[in-house]
Amino acid sequence: MTAPPTEAPEALPSDADDPLAGAPHERRPGVVGALRELALGLIGPLLAILTALIVGALIIVFTDPTTLEAWGSFFSAPGTALADSWDLIATSYRALFDSSLGSQRALARTLVQSTPLILVGLSVALAFKAGMFNIGGAGQLIVGAMAAAWIGITFDLPQVVHLPLALVAGVIGGAVWGGIVGFLKARTGAHEVITSIMLNFVALRLLDYALSTDTFRRPGRSDPISPEMPASVRLPEPIDSFQVHLGFVIALLVAWGAWWLLQRTTIGFRMRAVGANAKAARYAGMGVAATTVLSMGIAGGLAGLGGTTILLGSTPRLTGGFFASVGFDAIALALLGRASPIGVVGAGLLFGALQAGSTGMQAQTSTPIDIIFVIQALIILFVAAPAIVRTVWRVKETRLGAGQRFSAGWGAQ
Amino acid sequence: MRVELRGITKRFPGVVANEDVNLVVEPGQVHALLGENGAGKSTLMNVLFGLYRQTEGEVLLDGVPASFSSPADAIDAGIGMVHQHFMLVPVFTVAENVMLGVEPTSAPGVLDRDAARRRVLELSARHGLDVDPDAMVEDLPVGVQQRVEILKALYREADCLILDEPTAVLTPSEIDDMLEIIRRLADEGRSVIFISHKLREVRAIADTITILRRGRVVGTTTPDESDEQELATAMVGRDVQLVVDRSAASPTDVVLRVSDLRVRDERDQLAVADVSFDVRAGEIVAIAGVQGNGQSELVSAIVGLRRPTAGRVELDGTDVTGANPARMVELGVAHVPEDRQRDGLISSFPVSDNLVLNLTGRSPYSRGIRMDRRAIRENAERLVQDFDIRTSSIDAAVGTLSGGNQQKVIVGREMSHTERLLVLSQPTRGLDVGSIQYIHHRIVQARDQGLAVLLNSSELDEVLALADRVIVMYRGGVIGEVSGEEATRDSVGMLMAGARA
Ligand SMILES: Nc1ncnc2c1ncn2[C@@H]1O[C@H](COP(=O)(O)OP(=O)(O)OP(=O)(O)O)[C@@H](O)[C@H]1O
Ligand SMILES: [Mg+2]
Repeated sequence: MTAPPTEAPEALPSDADDPLAGAPHERRPGVVGALRELALGLIGPLLAILTALIVGALIIVFTDPTTLEAWGSFFSAPGTALADSWDLIATSYRALFDSSLGSQRALARTLVQSTPLILVGLSVALAFKAGMFNIGGAGQLIVGAMAAAWIGITFDLPQVVHLPLALVAGVIGGAVWGGIVGFLKARTGAHEVITSIMLNFVALRLLDYALSTDTFRRPGRSDPISPEMPASVRLPEPIDSFQVHLGFVIALLVAWGAWWLLQRTTIGFRMRAVGANAKAARYAGMGVAATTVLSMGIAGGLAGLGGTTILLGSTPRLTGGFFASVGFDAIALALLGRASPIGVVGAGLLFGALQAGSTGMQAQTSTPIDIIFVIQALIILFVAAPAIVRTVWRVKETRLGAGQRFSAGWGAQ
Repeated sequence: MRVELRGITKRFPGVVANEDVNLVVEPGQVHALLGENGAGKSTLMNVLFGLYRQTEGEVLLDGVPASFSSPADAIDAGIGMVHQHFMLVPVFTVAENVMLGVEPTSAPGVLDRDAARRRVLELSARHGLDVDPDAMVEDLPVGVQQRVEILKALYREADCLILDEPTAVLTPSEIDDMLEIIRRLADEGRSVIFISHKLREVRAIADTITILRRGRVVGTTTPDESDEQELATAMVGRDVQLVVDRSAASPTDVVLRVSDLRVRDERDQLAVADVSFDVRAGEIVAIAGVQGNGQSELVSAIVGLRRPTAGRVELDGTDVTGANPARMVELGVAHVPEDRQRDGLISSFPVSDNLVLNLTGRSPYSRGIRMDRRAIRENAERLVQDFDIRTSSIDAAVGTLSGGNQQKVIVGREMSHTERLLVLSQPTRGLDVGSIQYIHHRIVQARDQGLAVLLNSSELDEVLALADRVIVMYRGGVIGEVSGEEATRDSVGMLMAGARA
């Protein structure tokens, strides 16, 4: 295999003329490549969901007293145990499906349920793109909802002014709460995970306090509950007989807006650059501190808007602990959606459906609502640890790579 | 250990990085791999080290087929690798880094630090590595960090050592030490694979030289059979001129004026002490010096990445002391940073975005806050062509490019927007001879178009080839200045070593 190197140029003469010719520079067609990538990207989450449903089914069976009894006499009547189990799983999941997607009313419930999940999920996703882990969605949505509630209770205005004003107030409230986290990080280097958790507690207490003041407490009541929001700030339902309020449309628009912001604007470019390599961003002249504050402000605003859609939509009263759990579900679904706006919408719809269906499932079967939270948790577990799914389904590693990036980012900065 | 690669092919989506590569490395030999940027050298070595799995072909160790699914397997089989980009934990000590992954224990789960320290001391003495096991890695100069990487491999009893561009970041005297160490390792019976773009050192150290081009082996030779010119021609596939053509400079107005500048480094030590000089339009001024004599801090202060504690920086007569990097870009200053992975690129972003990383705020790349994707793509297509950046597409993440091609992305970007002053720190580090020639040509061209060029390079050949004036830094101050005609290896080398002219 010894060819004197001085002869080599003659051996491959055409190479030198065209630097872009030759095997190493083949191109993959853009659209086909993109679709392939998308399909491959979906495999991970879909398998995770499937696995979670299967494990969920086992848990349903083995927590149900009657079926357990049947399994106790497995050796005398193996058929009964299997049939009972199958029945239970089938009726439970059927009820889950029926009451989330099975009818127009069920579908409406799902969409309403997913609205705040999508918005707060976008908040987590956006902060993540900017290199931060926003655990503070719970606090931000509470403060946002409080600001909106204050507008709703205090003023008496026509709907065209009152509703937009309340929405804007919700965004600002959340933005301030998120902005504080960004400011502390930019100024003092305080880790956003710590400060945003702390601010969650502060927000919860602030809400308790507010509900004890005359401004927020419902007149004549001593328990912590606000008056109902007036009709002029309530989100209208654009389609008659389909009980989905405007918030859902807003959430979809905002998701598109978040995508546009991240991918098509200089601000989004900066956010992503700071998130991916802050040193290089600084070298490139981007204000890293300003971008950090701005990113957390925007993220907070999205969470605030999420809280506001709950208040002006399905649950028009402030109470203690106002939907703080949405803030945590949002972290999970941003992980499932791989921190991309479209992924968050998909994951938000899934979680919305699971949560909307869970009530119906509990009513129709003996399966408790809590099983849904177990399934949610399992989905996240399988997305975060793709090795499990990989082993179970024998999928090649390369196809399940991307999910790791999000979970590996846990407090990485 | 005798290492044989047989018919290795490695494909990435859209790229064939290695095609049917055959290679035999005999024990006791230093086998050099030569090839252009993106020829597939690192990829081939990553296959041998178990980081990538080959698409086709097999690896034989002492004649026995071996199959690695991870570097751990390769290490077990006696292969050690020092990567092009170091893989050390900066906040760990040398001993901790070396034992990482194979920690000795005194009882189950209890680290035996003393054993590790002793082993490090012993190895370092035996191979003349001269490393302090208790030093914190982040405090060490790159040359020593490099030796820590080698220690890591030796600690794991590597019988075959892969060194991917180990000398790229070293100073001339460190390179001499390194070559000596490599020779000794080979003489003890190890097989060594050595990758470098510096033909002189390849000829000095190698027993056998294999040349890769576009993923294929195009020839095997020895230092006695081929001189530098022949090696360069074989690598690139066309004649390469190793000297730069350039006429005398005709400098005009002062563009950059630095007066009495003082700069402190991260540890608050005075790194630059009262430095003053000018750079005029139409000239190339080189800052020479052994790395670590204040050049990096000086450059950071000029381009706005570090605030000087005293003194002035003027651009075209305007005071820009302490201006931020964005402002400097606006004023027409471009800067190729020294550490490309850390400062110059965002490795997960596509090539196209990296080619406008610090330019997105201006037209034609954006209007208002809206980025113009089309303009960004057109810019990328053009620069990829001009600078011969080897990538599967402008949408590929820049991190998937070979080291030299990543460097070309930065140089291309910065040279595309300079209006007044071009500041270059180690601009051709890791580039192959053909690319160096092209970039040098572009630098001279930029000068002739009336730009002021400030070159910070520890590569003496580069300084001598390009500079119209050479400023030599020593211990934070300017120890002397030599004109381009008078500059020789000796005259500049003496000053670099601290001997006043
Ligand atoms: N992980 C990857 N994904 C896709 N392409 C890759 C990947 N790693 C390398 N490549 C491609 O394979 C080719 C060979 O790259 P490699 O890093 O082996 O070059 P090299 O010879 O080491 O060059 P250099 O001298 O610049 O370091 C390049 O075209 C590169 O873009
Ligand atoms: Mg390489």
